[in-house]
Amino acid sequence: MHEPTLLSVRHLGKHFTLHTQGGTTMPVLDEISFEVARGECLVLDGPSGAGKSTLLRCLYGNYLASSGEIQVREAGGLMRIDVAQATPQQIIELRRTTISYVSQFLRVIPRVSAIDIVAEPLQALGRDAGAARDKAAVLLARLNLPERLWHLPPATFSGGEQQRVNVARGFIAEKPIMLLDEPTASLDAANRAVVVAMIREACLRGAAVVGIFHDAEVRDAVATRRLPLSPIVAEQLAA
Amino acid sequence: MKPAIPLLQVKDLAKFYGNRVGCEQVSFNLYPGEVLCVAGESGSGKSTLLNTLAFHQRPDAGSIRYDLREEGVTDLATLPDARLRELWRTDWGFVRQNPADGLRMRVSAGANIGERLMAVGDRHYGDIRGVAKDWLQRVEIDETRLDDAPSSFSGGMRQRLQIARNLVTEPRLVFMDEPTAGLDVSVQARFLDLLRRLVAELRIAVILVTHDLAVARLLAHRLIVMRHGRIVETGLTDQLLDDPQHPYTQLLVSSVLNA
Ligand SMILES: Nc1ncnc2c1ncn2[C@@H]1O[C@H](COP(=O)(O)OP(=O)(O)O)[C@@H](O)[C@H]1O
Ligand SMILES: [Mg+2]
Repeated sequence: MHEPTLLSVRHLGKHFTLHTQGGTTMPVLDEISFEVARGECLVLDGPSGAGKSTLLRCLYGNYLASSGEIQVREAGGLMRIDVAQATPQQIIELRRTTISYVSQFLRVIPRVSAIDIVAEPLQALGRDAGAARDKAAVLLARLNLPERLWHLPPATFSGGEQQRVNVARGFIAEKPIMLLDEPTASLDAANRAVVVAMIREACLRGAAVVGIFHDAEVRDAVATRRLPLSPIVAEQLAA
Repeated sequence: MKPAIPLLQVKDLAKFYGNRVGCEQVSFNLYPGEVLCVAGESGSGKSTLLNTLAFHQRPDAGSIRYDLREEGVTDLATLPDARLRELWRTDWGFVRQNPADGLRMRVSAGANIGERLMAVGDRHYGDIRGVAKDWLQRVEIDETRLDDAPSSFSGGMRQRLQIARNLVTEPRLVFMDEPTAGLDVSVQARFLDLLRRLVAELRIAVILVTHDLAVARLLAHRLIVMRHGRIVETGLTDQLLDDPQHPYTQLLVSSVLNA
């Protein structure tokens, strides 16, 4: 891996074996290879079902790669770790220091307020609670989340409000690798523009971003490169 | 990444009841501060495993090695009974499903917390009262209840008191057997949130048995799924729940909502 390359994927394959449905095997990703360097934003293109989210989840260690390598350069170190082979402890550490992931939906934790959910990744890096909350407040304000919501648990928030909490949480710790799964899907134009600006700033500070964006305008605004994905069809399998 | 010594090393552990298998072929390492959930249906051997790990019953095969504060990594089978009892009272905790099994129901809340402090040699009355008060507050029980017996507490309060009683000695490893199973859903969230915070704050390693995958999702770094006394699958919690590999794990995950 060259110095500026933060993420290198080689021959990645992913299939699901559905044991509850007679053991059917469903191939989703086949022989995917790409690299992402500092400052790049790689946009995953392709129709619904093409495996875009599956790919991001493999990169985050949330789905188990079936074959291939996912080499990640650890923050601050020269260590490379293959997510496809890593132990749970290594993946937890990579998520703490190196990779952030903004999923489509926020998974709420009972009783934890929006501002604490956002501050948590920074605290996990050793920043004190006050400083982490201050930065969380700046992000939530920038994303126009009404201040009266900051100290409430997001369970009762609207989809758009939850998504902004999720985005703030994903950006607060300025991780070197950022994975974004439709972070703007339920946002209005003004907040979409804020997220676009935040992604560009992340690239400027040297992050490697891999993202999925429903909205063509957002894609065009952030992409420095694209990776087309298409659903694996039966003929390809037979071939 | 600093390679840590495992706190607990379990190898080929087995426990039989006559010719019935309680658990067998269980191997894993637990690292300091790690929360490991053991999930599975009732009868799958979860509690047998937990009681064997805590050495409340002797294993029939295999070994358990623990990184003792003074001696370092030690095979528990070689530990004299007195040292084992000391371990139970100080560096380990055990939280029961039924608070009546883990608390002394007729002595005061303060004494329930203070008892384990005395075991570590803290005999000063005022100190113990002060620490007990502080711990009541940490588990969100009003300090005016210090002299009340847990028999007058609600289920949620009893379970929180059990947490205080166990954590007061700042153990490095706590075993928990279905701590939320007896609680109303309405008080579970508070209990889980409190547990999550305390365990993270004190960096305690936990082995928690639960049949509730949502509890595992919320608390655990790592998950072990058991069936018929054996481990069928183990891994990072969200990976195992979102992309289960083993047929049994897929069945378990697909049969619950919102795990
Ligand atoms: N956990 C899973 N178990 C089984 N199949 C899955 C799982 N996650 C995704 N899939 C399947 O993988 C395929 C690709 O889905 P996905 O990655 O969500 O595509 P996209 O994000 O491009 O719309 C779909 O057929 C989907 O049903
Ligand atoms: Mg998708």
